Parts: sequence; C-alpha cells; structure tokens
Amino acid sequence: MLLENPNSSLMETPSLEEDAVHTSPSDSGESAPIIDIEGVDFHYGKSKALSDITLAIPEKQVTAFIGPSGCGKSTLLRCLNRMNDLIEGAQISKGVIRILGTDIYDPTVDPIELRKHVGMVFQKSNPFPKTIYDNVAYGLRVGGLTDKHGLDEIVERSLRSAALWDETKDRLKDNAMGLSGGQQQRLCIARAIAVQPKIILMDEPCSALDPIATMRIEKLISELKSDYTIVIVTHNMQQASRVSDRTALFYLGELVEEGTTEQIFQNPDKKETEDYISGRFG
Amino acid sequence: MAVPEHPFATKATALHKQESAIRVFLRAATYFILCCAAFIFLDIFLKGAPVVFQANFPFVNFDFLTKSPETLVVYQDGEGEIQQQSANQFEAMREAHPDGQYDIIGSYSYSAGGVLGPLIGTAFLVMICMTVALSIGVASAIFLSEYSRGGRTIRGIRLAILNLAGVPSIVFGLFGLGFFCYAVPNIVAEPAGRSLFHFQLPFSNSYLSLEGWDACMLAGGCTLALMILPVIITACEESLRAVPMGFREGSLALGATKWQTIRKAVLPYAFPGILTASILGITRVAGETAPIMFTAAVAHKDKLPWQDLESSGLGRLFEFFFQKVQALPYHIYTVAAKIPQSDYNKPMQYGSVFIFMMLVFAFASFSILLRIQFRKKLKW
Ligand SMILES: Nc1ncnc2c1ncn2[C@@H]1O[C@H](COP(=O)(O)OP(=O)(O)OP(=O)(O)O)[C@@H](O)[C@H]1O
Ligand SMILES: [Mg+2]
Repeated sequence: MLLENPNSSLMETPSLEEDAVHTSPSDSGESAPIIDIEGVDFHYGKSKALSDITLAIPEKQVTAFIGPSGCGKSTLLRCLNRMNDLIEGAQISKGVIRILGTDIYDPTVDPIELRKHVGMVFQKSNPFPKTIYDNVAYGLRVGGLTDKHGLDEIVERSLRSAALWDETKDRLKDNAMGLSGGQQQRLCIARAIAVQPKIILMDEPCSALDPIATMRIEKLISELKSDYTIVIVTHNMQQASRVSDRTALFYLGELVEEGTTEQIFQNPDKKETEDYISGRFG
Repeated sequence: MAVPEHPFATKATALHKQESAIRVFLRAATYFILCCAAFIFLDIFLKGAPVVFQANFPFVNFDFLTKSPETLVVYQDGEGEIQQQSANQFEAMREAHPDGQYDIIGSYSYSAGGVLGPLIGTAFLVMICMTVALSIGVASAIFLSEYSRGGRTIRGIRLAILNLAGVPSIVFGLFGLGFFCYAVPNIVAEPAGRSLFHFQLPFSNSYLSLEGWDACMLAGGCTLALMILPVIITACEESLRAVPMGFREGSLALGATKWQTIRKAVLPYAFPGILTASILGITRVAGETAPIMFTAAVAHKDKLPWQDLESSGLGRLFEFFFQKVQALPYHIYTVAAKIPQSDYNKPMQYGSVFIFMMLVFAFASFSILLRIQFRKKLKW
C-alpha cells in the first residue's frame, strides 16, 4: 500500500479505501479489509493472551467476536485502538495490525490520531457526569472544534444517528447521569460517532441492558453499518447471528474459526465451533 | 432465677462471662475517649466563651477580635479599687489625669488586648502554605497517579512521602530554619556573614546570595507547606484514584490527549476530594507551632503585616513577605508557657484557645458540608 511512507497520516487514506469499497460494496471479504490482523501474539507481562491471530475485517460490515470468557476478545479489540497502551507491560510481541493499510504500532503512528478514527464503546456505559450535549461534544472539543454552530449541528446529527435525539432534544443541558442505562449506552455510541470514526469497536455493549434496550442498540448497529465498520464483542449467540455479517470465534487466545455469520452458525468447519454455538461448551 | 426450659437458654458459663467482660471493657475504652474530649471542650468553652462573648449587646467582645495582644496593667486607684487596663489605656489615662493616684500592683505581658495580630498572621501563613503545598502537591499527585508507571524509583518516592508524613514537626521547623532561613538564594544589598555563596548581579549593586530569607512569613509558610505536603499528595492521589477508570478510557478513546483527559475528565471529578482534604489540611497547619517557631513567628508585634511598610512598588511586596508575623498557635504557646502565670492571664489563654477551636470547628464543618454538597451533585 501507499502508506509505507512513515509521514503519511491516517487522515489521507479514507478516500482510497472508499474507492476500493465502492467497486464491490456488498460481497463480504472480497474487498480490501479495513483492518488486517496478521499473526499477532499479545502478552500481558509474561502471560500470553493472544497467539497467532490472523484475521481480516472488511469495511462497512459488522464483525462479531465470540468465545468463552477470558479467551481474549476484549484484548484483541483493545489492540485495535491501542487502548492496551495504558496497561503496563502489555504489548504485541509478534505480528502486525494494519488499519487502512497503516501498521498502527509503527512508531510514527500517534495513538491519539488513531483513536479519532477508531472509536470505542465500552461494556459498562461510561458517560461523563456532564450534560448530554457536553458528552457528545467532548470528542469534537478536544479535537479543537469550538464553533458553536458546528458543534450544535454535529451533536444533533450524532444523537439522531444514535436514535437518541427524540428522547433528549429537550434536555440536552441535563446531566447524562440522569439517563437510563440503555440511553446512556446510546449516548456513548453518539459520543463515539460524533468524531466520525471509520471504525467503531464495541465491547459487549448490551451486557448490562434489558432486552428492549438491547433491541434498540442492535437496530442501531444495523443502521450504523452503512457508514461505519463495526466490531462487536458479544456473549450472546443470538445477538451475534442477528447483527453481524461475519463472526470470529476465539478460544484460549486463539482464533478457532472465522467466516460469514451464516456459515459459522449453520455450517461451521470445526467441531469446536459447532459445540460452542450450540451451547455444548464454553 | 428460674432457668427456662428450652435448649437456647443462656448458660452462665465461663465463656459467657468472658464475653460480657470484654464487651464492658471495649465500651469503657470508647467512652473514655468521649469523656476526655468532652472535658477538654467543656473546659475551654466555659472559660473561653465569656472572653469572646458577653451577656449584653453586642454580645461579642469585639475588642478581643480587633486588637492585638498588649500588656495588662493592674493597679489600685484613688478609691482603693483594683482596676485592670491595657498598658496603652493606662498610659493615656495617666496622662489625662496626672494628679490621680495609681498604685501599680503588677503588669502582665500579652494579657490584655486581643488576638487580631496572631489571627492575621496565621491567616497569611496558611495562605502561603496552601498556595505552595497545593501547587506542588497536586502536580506531584497527578504525576504519581496518572503519568508514572510504578518502577523502583516511584516506589522509592512513595516511601519517601510516607516517611515524610511521620517526621516530627519540630524537625520540619529546624529544617525550615536551616534551609529557608539560612540557605536558599536571596537578593540582598550586602551579603550576610553566613552566606554560603554570593556574587554581584550584573548591572546592579545587589548580590545574589545563598543566605536564606531569615525568619519571615514566607519561610514559615514554606516550612508549613513541606509539612503538609505528604497529606495533600496522599489525599489528591486518593481523590484521583476515586475517579472511575471508565472516564479516562472514554476520554482517551475519543482521541483526547493524556493532559486533556486529566484536565477535562479526571480533575473536575477529583476536585471535591482535593478541596475537602485541603480544608482539613488548613486546620492542621493553622495549629502547628513547632515549624513556625524558628522560621516565622514573633511573640510581640505592634503592627499588622500591611501597616507601616517602608518600601514602594515591588519592594513593598518583598518587605511584606519577608517580615516576621505573630501567629495564633505561637501566641497560645507564649501565653501558656513563656510568661509568668497568674489569674490575670487566664482570660487571654482561654480566649485564644477558644477562638482557635472555633476556627477549627468552622473549617471542619465547612469541609463536611462541602463534601455532602458535592456528593449530592456528582453521582456516578
Ligand atoms: N489488564 C490485564 N492484565 C493481565 N492480564 C489480563 C488483563 N486483562 C486481561 N487479562 C487476561 O487476558 C486474558 C484475556 O482477557 P480478555 O479480557 O481479553 O478476555 P475476554 O475474552 O474479553 O473475556 P470476557 O468475555 O470475560 O470479557 C484473560 O486470561 C485475562 O485474565
Ligand atoms: Mg471482555
């Protein structure tokens, strides 16, 4: 790819990628992947959490990571926006992760710029104890946007995309902590969308929510995928089958099987996959 | 007493007796503390309140709050009555009625007037102390809890902070004397004999000399700041740690830099904790005598710190901070231990202590109220 030049920023690539996608928008896996994970080993200090993961994640699709607890789904997800940089002793010991063709662990990559392109929604909704408006505007403001009109516009657009506008338009100046759990999680999604990332990572976004709030978020995910690439970690098999286009199953830090959701759920290659999906282990 | 006929009846075994005995002992130990506290507070209140408050209008003895300590003169007037007057008043009266008869029975230093000078002095010492302690303390707490990645050096620093908290305050006082009063750089017209090193500044006839600031408000405030630093750092770190990790992750995941994250998503939520801890810190430094004894405090001073400054412009500021001050705890120490004891200095003793206790009480309540207020407002 073009990005061998270390000075090229992540900003420059999207248009190229978009061209690539427009040629074959719908057929999964065929287009150049937006995230390309190649032979990645990951360590927390001395203990190995991921071994030899190779996985390509296509653009504008929903990819689900499934697998039993502790198998390394969150670890891999957090590698994708370098959130693991915060953890002492945590590092990728082998392999590369490319996003939009750039090795994101290259010394010339600024994790702060990376995270503007790779947003994240956490398992436990974590809005700031600020107003709803300030929550959504947070990423824009730290990015240097101060123009009131611009902010207003993006806040509204983000809340609309997160299907939260109607519920909150009259209380934008209220504290976000007053929202329900499901609304808070959608606010976190709105907050992530506001900075217009290419990719949104979601780590069990519905695990603390009731079925109705979960349904709303699933619907939202389906809507968002026309604009964003979404990677979602979930423990809920139905959820994976409902929302995702592709599914990857992990077990003990290894990638067991990966493919279209249809294929994984109906016609898996491996016995372990079939067992896990039917609930016989894990 | 008839023993009831069921399997759960109390049995008068040795174990049972031990249980009751222990309970009585534990309870007694706890109530003993209460008794001591009640005795101290009551004693001070009963003897101190009449000095500060009075039965008739305006109910507060403003003289005690608006005058500085003076010498008390006790004398017998022409009618043979025993009278008390502050030295100034006595002199004025003697001048007005030179033919009057005054048999001076005794004069008692620091026993008349009020506590304004010490109060003001303590206020300035505390302000200097908190300014220095908070700027260094908050900065190092942020470094320790947000930036540093625990290695051996950091563990060493933490241990040092912990140990610093255990150093007796008199040692801080002596350190302050040796460091701030005798060793730190100062700009002077003529280097003192004790100067460790000095040279003439270019384009002026002043010298930069390592001779310290001598005993002064600034030296005392800095010494107090050193003493309270461990408390401030620990409290700040705790407040920072109490801010959920999720805020930091959420902020970083939105592309904020580390400093943006700290400033916008961590510090505002740690602020209440830092504030309440600082207010409690104020009550601690305000009451310390040992650190300021050699570094800042004087027993007697006629003028308030801002009165009669000689220099102008920037020099005025220097003169202000480089003067000695009276301080409430040092004043209490003086009237309690440095002057001959008699019944005539009791009101000053109890009054000063009472004022001090009221201040501590007010600050502590304020801090608690603030905390409750913040708890209500910030929920996560
Ligand atoms: N901060 C950490 N330090 C050390 N080890 C960690 C850390 N976080 C996770 N691990 C270990 O790495 C392995 C993978 O953890 P990870 O959180 O990625 O699992 P997961 O698949 O997300 O599990 P779950 O479904 O329960 O969220 C586990 O064995 C875990 O104990
Ligand atoms: Mg996880």
